[in-house]
Amino acid sequence: MSGATEEKFRVEIISDECKGCLRCVNACPREVIVPTDQVNMMGVVYVEYADEGCIGCGACFYACPEPGAITVYEKKK
Amino acid sequence: MSVNETVKFGRSKGFFETFDRRPGPIKKNMHYCPGCGHGILHKLIAEALIDLGMRDKMIVISPVGCAVFAYYYFDCGGISVPHGRAPAVATGMIRANPDSFVISYQGDGDLGAIGLNNFLQAANRGENMTVCFVNNGIYGMTSGQMAPTTLVGQKTATSPYGRSATNEGYPLKVAEMVAALESPIYVERVALTSTKNIRAARTALRKGLTYMREKRGFSLIEFLAACPVNLKKNASEADDWIENNMIPYFPLGRFKDVASDRSPIERPEPVFDKEKVVEALFPADSGLDWRKKEAKLRKELRIKCAGFGGQGVLSLGLMIAEMGQSRDINVSWLPSYGPEMRGGTANCSVVLSNNEIGSPIVKETNLLITMNQPSMDKFLPDLLPKGLLLYDRTNIERPDTDRRTYSVEAGRIAIELGNPKCANSAIMGAFAACLRGIEQVNYEEAFEEAIRKTFAKKANLVNLNIEAFRKGKESVKIENVN
Repeated sequence: MSGATEEKFRVEIISDECKGCLRCVNACPREVIVPTDQVNMMGVVYVEYADEGCIGCGACFYACPEPGAITVYEKKK
Repeated sequence: MSVNETVKFGRSKGFFETFDRRPGPIKKNMHYCPGCGHGILHKLIAEALIDLGMRDKMIVISPVGCAVFAYYYFDCGGISVPHGRAPAVATGMIRANPDSFVISYQGDGDLGAIGLNNFLQAANRGENMTVCFVNNGIYGMTSGQMAPTTLVGQKTATSPYGRSATNEGYPLKVAEMVAALESPIYVERVALTSTKNIRAARTALRKGLTYMREKRGFSLIEFLAACPVNLKKNASEADDWIENNMIPYFPLGRFKDVASDRSPIERPEPVFDKEKVVEALFPADSGLDWRKKEAKLRKELRIKCAGFGGQGVLSLGLMIAEMGQSRDINVSWLPSYGPEMRGGTANCSVVLSNNEIGSPIVKETNLLITMNQPSMDKFLPDLLPKGLLLYDRTNIERPDTDRRTYSVEAGRIAIELGNPKCANSAIMGAFAACLRGIEQVNYEEAFEEAIRKTFAKKANLVNLNIEAFRKGKESVKIENVN
């Protein structure tokens, strides 16, 4: 988590599509996906991105069983 | 997404944008429970469909199980089929559409229990398909009963004290079993747990699909997947359980990969043209120009032919059915095979109808043809009040019945013609005469065509049987008219 330079990757989690299984939280090697204390429209305590530290590995995306809950963006050079 | 960034990992185009087929208000999520392995595999499949360019020709077949609704999600062909039948339906799809691709998506209860035979036969035929076998060691959809792959000692709703090897046997090792067969080209077991294992699963799936695209044959990929709800664990604990309990018994790895040794499979070309199907079924040299002749029966005829094994009662029934077929009447012929064939009464059921035939089994009989006494005693009670009885009076006594009754000395005619085996043609002659009485139409020509077809490979018997047929027709005797 350099912090000094601009982040290269970013994770977006659509909270209403999260089922709260925490697979992404377990999979993330940098521990930058964290549970919240908020409940979404399905009644599930969802997770969110910690806003920095993503290395763009995609582990959270492949661990997540939902089609579009997680998107990993990469900044154009 | 802002203009200066791109999606590195995101929702695949292999899925519908919104799941409009899914009932209810939730259109972006799948119906699986939190942490379910199906979702992980669905994403791998959807991604591969796009990356390998197979979406437009792909049919995902999902039988009963949690994944039965897979057609809600994949933006490609999809069919839901009865429990365990996916490989059978997939065989039909792939044989009829050899340029399509088929994924048979099955769970362990479906593939390992009710559908094991369908699955193994398809594997053994080497059908060009990829089977995604999701093994979670439990029946998920029906809420946690013991499955064929449930581990020894594992507690489920139907093994509350744990599966016992002495009572229920050992968990089924599907991948090892299929790898032992000759036809399958690629067999691998992977797990949908850690990131590393999911990566390996992704590679295996793509390998299987690539082989299918090259028409190499049958591949099986077994995915060990978590069913957190029925294992009564959270996703993380379920993954640990798989790694610590399932993988030691179901080792991961590639059990077979012989695709490079196999050339693309070739199957007979499918035929859809109706005329060509007719030509294949009724070749021009069969002497049957059945398309031009049509007959209407006044009512459905349910016929029972019975006699002694060896008298030719089955071929009698077959010739009657041939006759009906040659006049575009719907027919069925059902022989009774059983221990009674060995020296007792043999019989067959024949149905002639203008409508579709519901059951080929004849119990309540319109027309009973008997060629020996035991079969007369056995089947006469089933003859309907307005039914018609025809018997061979050479060896049967005149029955005491008020049904319409005709007789013919078929056995004697056959002996006089020098071959006792043609008695069935003689009694068929009598039958033709009876039918003429019932239907007011003369089917004699059609019967003779049927004899010619039946004996097409035994030319010396054609004239003999036709003569027996004509003699039988002429010498039919009215015994009782009610």
